[in-house]
Amino acid sequence: MTEAPTADASVLAPRNGKGASGLAKSPMISLRGAKKHYGRFEAVKGIDLDVHRGEIFGFLGPNGAGKTTTIRMVAGVLQPTGGQVLVGGDDLEKAPESAKSRIGYIPDRPYLYEKLSGGEFLRFVAGLWGKEGEAVEARADRLLELFQLSQWKDELIESYSHGMRQKILISSALIHQPELIVVDEPLVGLDPRSARLLKDLFKTFVKNGGTVFLTTHTLEVAEALCDRIAIINKGEIMALGTMEELRAQADAGGAHLEEIFLKLTGGEAMADVVAGLREAIE
Amino acid sequence: MRDTAARRAGLLWLLRPKLRTKINRARTAEGRVFKALMLGFVLLFFWGLIFAVIFRMLIYFRGTQGIGDILAAKLLGMAFLTFLMILVLSNVITALSTFFLSEDMELVVAAPVEPESVYGARLAETAVDSSWMVALLAIPLLIAYGVVYTADLSYYALAAATLVPFLVIPAVLGSLITLVLVNVFPARRTRDLLALVGLFAAAGVVALFRFVRPERLMRPDEFRNLVDFVAVLRTPSSVWLPSEWATDALMSQLSGSFQWFPFAFLWTTAATCVVLGAWMHRRYFEAGFTRAQEGAQRAAGKRRSNLLDKVLAGATPSTRGLVSKEVRVFFRDTTQWSQLILLGVLVAVYVYNITVLPLFTGEQLSFLLINVVSFLNLGLAGFVVAAIAARFVFPAMSIEGRMMWLLRSSPLDVSRLFWSKYWIGTAPLLLVALPLIVITNIVLQASPFILALTTVTMIGITFALTALALGFGALYPNYETENVAEIPTSFGGLLFMMAAVTYLAGVIVLEAWPVYLFLSSRVQEGQAEVGMTPLVLGVSGAALLTLLAIFVPLRLGIAKVRSVDF
Repeated sequence: MTEAPTADASVLAPRNGKGASGLAKSPMISLRGAKKHYGRFEAVKGIDLDVHRGEIFGFLGPNGAGKTTTIRMVAGVLQPTGGQVLVGGDDLEKAPESAKSRIGYIPDRPYLYEKLSGGEFLRFVAGLWGKEGEAVEARADRLLELFQLSQWKDELIESYSHGMRQKILISSALIHQPELIVVDEPLVGLDPRSARLLKDLFKTFVKNGGTVFLTTHTLEVAEALCDRIAIINKGEIMALGTMEELRAQADAGGAHLEEIFLKLTGGEAMADVVAGLREAIE
Repeated sequence: MRDTAARRAGLLWLLRPKLRTKINRARTAEGRVFKALMLGFVLLFFWGLIFAVIFRMLIYFRGTQGIGDILAAKLLGMAFLTFLMILVLSNVITALSTFFLSEDMELVVAAPVEPESVYGARLAETAVDSSWMVALLAIPLLIAYGVVYTADLSYYALAAATLVPFLVIPAVLGSLITLVLVNVFPARRTRDLLALVGLFAAAGVVALFRFVRPERLMRPDEFRNLVDFVAVLRTPSSVWLPSEWATDALMSQLSGSFQWFPFAFLWTTAATCVVLGAWMHRRYFEAGFTRAQEGAQRAAGKRRSNLLDKVLAGATPSTRGLVSKEVRVFFRDTTQWSQLILLGVLVAVYVYNITVLPLFTGEQLSFLLINVVSFLNLGLAGFVVAAIAARFVFPAMSIEGRMMWLLRSSPLDVSRLFWSKYWIGTAPLLLVALPLIVITNIVLQASPFILALTTVTMIGITFALTALALGFGALYPNYETENVAEIPTSFGGLLFMMAAVTYLAGVIVLEAWPVYLFLSSRVQEGQAEVGMTPLVLGVSGAALLTLLAIFVPLRLGIAKVRSVDF
């Protein structure tokens, strides 16, 4: 039987580990009335949210609820239409370089430079965060080894499978020792071994003082992994807290996250949809 | 119910998504009225230009007794032959995308649709995508023939009816060649191979066409005697080619004795080609499509370049990373670096054109002429640099569209990304622009003053054109496309070329004054002094314009990229 993979603690230590930062008590992420409009459509309607250092925070919601828009605002990819996004106390609009230097972002779609090798891509990303040299090389080697990509280091990314691209993407988010990992649908495209590895990796990263902000549709993963969860629907936060607090907010004692999620996001109407679907098939 | 759906998904149904996409894009595009007006204006301008040139040539030919019609037929034959070569080449390259690499093909292949319907739909798409430019070029050409020969409406109907099979035949041949190639090589390797073959072929056509010096056709006196000249003209160059049949059909109609045979031959050949193509598609497409999916070959990235590392030793890690990424991505993509071959041929043809100019008569007028040509050479060389910038620099921001998630989430500021792209574009352009102006002006024996002025101005022009290309590329980006080559042919590319030409005209006008004074003083020795004031004013004006052309587009481009949601 193959042994379950384990995440190497040293490679997962954030730049400013436990207790290193003078701002340790301030939240890692603060959204203050953050909103985003696409033309007349309001994707995110002014949300307030704090994500603390050293926690795995899950951001859940149905399709089109505003999850990806929010996560991209936090990663600095999208500019909010209004409000503030602070990362490690720095405003992403006023001090973008300082705020972004803390983040490692993993998007849901692994677009990469097809004509670079995996090793070159990692070096390039490290360079964007102002890092290079032997330390980066050693770190890249350790990450590639962790994801079993060592023998693919010098191959062009165009020849990688979907799962391999996802792994190189995750490695690239860790190459510059971020304090915060922002990740959209982390388990998409990963085999069970790598999925398990990634979950361990998040736990180790957080144990070392890092913070993880993730979105997922896999509610079991969110329930097992996240310290706190927010549920967003139609651009507004419907509920926020630990599993216990969510149960209390949804008035659903003892329920699993799936039931709470459906209750809060209007999913109870699903029964009608299922009945209609059954009728159509028959 | 399933059968009805399968029957319904015929050729037209398969064409629907592409048609609707085009309609929706046109309907929702920002500033569509302005774009339509601009495109219409440019189209009419080029049509007018082509019509005027062909019209003048035909009038001249008609004045040449005995051989006027032969010359006109020869010209039409040459035009059709050139079109045919371009069409086959372009169809081969387009068919690779439409039949094998386009993302929606998987859906179509998985659907219960007749192979003939898929073939028909993809053939139509290939033909339209590859032929629209040739069709647009053919319109003023054929109208000019109709006007000069005072043809009636039946000629125009015949011209349209001739053009259809003439465009279909190369579309079928192109897709067939691609079908065979894909069955032999993996599709992605085929794309590289085609890029190379296509480029070599295009470079060959350009070089051959230029070095043959077709302008001699306008000067029959250069031929030893009229008999030789007519003998060359009468030689049927390609009886087996559709270009010849199209020429014969149209020229016979223009001369009043319409021949059915070449026209019927054109149509029956087109029909036979389509049937043969459909049969080949049914027989070999599936195997080819399967092979096209087997693109994931292990391909090693070459070792890091020591030279590049040394050159960039003093730069910040992010700048170093950006530059070496650009260089690696460019030289590992065959469709990109192979364009350098065409570029090399263009430069060679340009220098050759200058060397064959009949300027050296040894008289004083020649001094004036040489220096005027050397100065105006600045505009032409500038135009060549603008065209190269359109191809290589204009798409620079668009190609980062899919990677903006990384660039925007990194601490790298957009302006640094821009400036890195700017220097990456400027350095190689200078390597092309400077030899272009220095070599040609030395060949022309321009005076040291003109040589110095044009060299310094060319450096400024290159800096400005790179900035204009980068800025316009960011203002009118295409972040979605996978095909870099189609980015410069967009509306933004057209606007960039117009801005580049306006800028070049401005620089030349500003510097023309000191140049005029200098040349007058040399021609009329002692009568006019070259004062420093006009030189300083003219050059300062050009320098100011250049600085504006550098900083305004870059600033606007940076602001635009900052404001775009990816």
